[in-house]
Amino acid sequence: MREVAIVAAGMTRFGELWQSSLRDLFVEAALEALSGAETDHVDGIYVGNMSGGQFVGQEHLGPLMADYLGMAGVAATRVESACASGGMALRAAFFDVASGASDLVLAAGLEKMNDGADVTAVLASAADQETEAYHGITFPGLYAMIARAHMEEYGTTDEDLAAVSVKNHAHGALNPKAQFRRKVTAEEVMNSSLVAAPLRLLHCSPVSDGAAAVLLCPLDRAKEFTDRPVRIMGTGAATGSMALADRQDPAFLDAVSLSAGRAYKMAGIKPSDVDVAEVHDCFSIAEICVTEAMCIVDRGKGGEAARSGFTSLGGKLPVNTSGGLKSKGHPVGATGIAQTIEIFEQLRGESGDRQVKDAHIGLAQNMGGSGASSVVHVFQRV
Amino acid sequence: MPSPRYWREIPNRYRLEASRCCGCGRVSYPPRRVCPSCGAQDWKATHLSPHGKVVTSTVVHVPPTDFLMEAPYAMAVVETPEGARLMVQVVDCDPDDVKPGTEVTLEFRLIRKEGLSGILCYGHKAVPV
Repeated sequence: MREVAIVAAGMTRFGELWQSSLRDLFVEAALEALSGAETDHVDGIYVGNMSGGQFVGQEHLGPLMADYLGMAGVAATRVESACASGGMALRAAFFDVASGASDLVLAAGLEKMNDGADVTAVLASAADQETEAYHGITFPGLYAMIARAHMEEYGTTDEDLAAVSVKNHAHGALNPKAQFRRKVTAEEVMNSSLVAAPLRLLHCSPVSDGAAAVLLCPLDRAKEFTDRPVRIMGTGAATGSMALADRQDPAFLDAVSLSAGRAYKMAGIKPSDVDVAEVHDCFSIAEICVTEAMCIVDRGKGGEAARSGFTSLGGKLPVNTSGGLKSKGHPVGATGIAQTIEIFEQLRGESGDRQVKDAHIGLAQNMGGSGASSVVHVFQRV
Repeated sequence: MPSPRYWREIPNRYRLEASRCCGCGRVSYPPRRVCPSCGAQDWKATHLSPHGKVVTSTVVHVPPTDFLMEAPYAMAVVETPEGARLMVQVVDCDPDDVKPGTEVTLEFRLIRKEGLSGILCYGHKAVPV
């Protein structure tokens, strides 16, 4: 396989973008990425999207997006793995370039959630329809059950959960692209309205519109497009039981553990080598469980890591410097690529007030459903 | 939910039909052709006992549209004596009292309606002992 680099990135602001359609969002992000590399063509496009069909009634996104980018003719397809669609699109683009089949490939992620669809119902379709959604469980409900199991097993507290939200909002306040650019206090989090006990409104990522795109090419051609390419050192993907009820330990995310292990192995690194990480904090408990499953922190210590500052900007291993899904926003299919862009910019030294000093190795972890799919990428400053 | 799809699920939803793996003995609910633990494809039909213990739970305050009238309601993953686990609503109690370890029975109940003129959809809900 060939070595692969990311050479350019583009991203819309995340938020309630009423004036923009799904295709508008894609074109904005894609054009920014193409102009960053000063190129007007690509060999292929992978579009990460969870549910254009249910959110806006639009399937068949590959040709639609290629067409509106003025590139009808190019190979283009949609990649779907619920909220991990963006990360899986990046993985598909990586293998396309690594295999030698294509030289210049755009990996994009997009979602238009604010267009009148019943968002709770659409998201619930990423759970098991016959055994979970049928009985009235919601996504916040599934993660609330994970949270309660974690509290039961490790003594995790409401304060621990709140600490994740407080940290990520503090980071997001510094991100011009974030949906919620403001800090919150632990009291505000713990007094916000209950969504699914023990999870409250300020433990939950918002409903968002947005798109993000990165451009990949072989590492040995990267300097044609940028002075500061970022190498993709490793990729790892995995699946776990679809239904939460089928997991022996509901507080442990097997798919995250497997995908991280595969990515670390391919990259030839240890978790302690990572300087900055973006992880899938769709709910505060998710960041806690993910950092544990990835061996970034010890089992049961995910909440303490947020409370102690270990995972804050300025801490030993800053996690979700972008503000995470919680504060930056979570247009589900776009998230995996947006995480990648945060790491891309961190490793290039472009993160301004959010810059992690001397960041050489970063990772992005993107997850689908209640953790039934996970994809991890490890990146390196070249 | 379209009616043919609902009809297919009746055996497990109405009668708690499950499968026991002939290789490792794991009980899967709903029944599965391939055992998720050992991969064996030989299995025997069995039924779940209509009682169990809460593994983890939540109280849903923001429900899907179909359950709007019921919120807040408790949901739980319940483990039956056969070792199978299922997602159920927990009713006839204060939802805040449903916690890991709570003993429940599984009772045949109305789960949802297909809008104003669709079929009534049944299944099991849990009731604390």
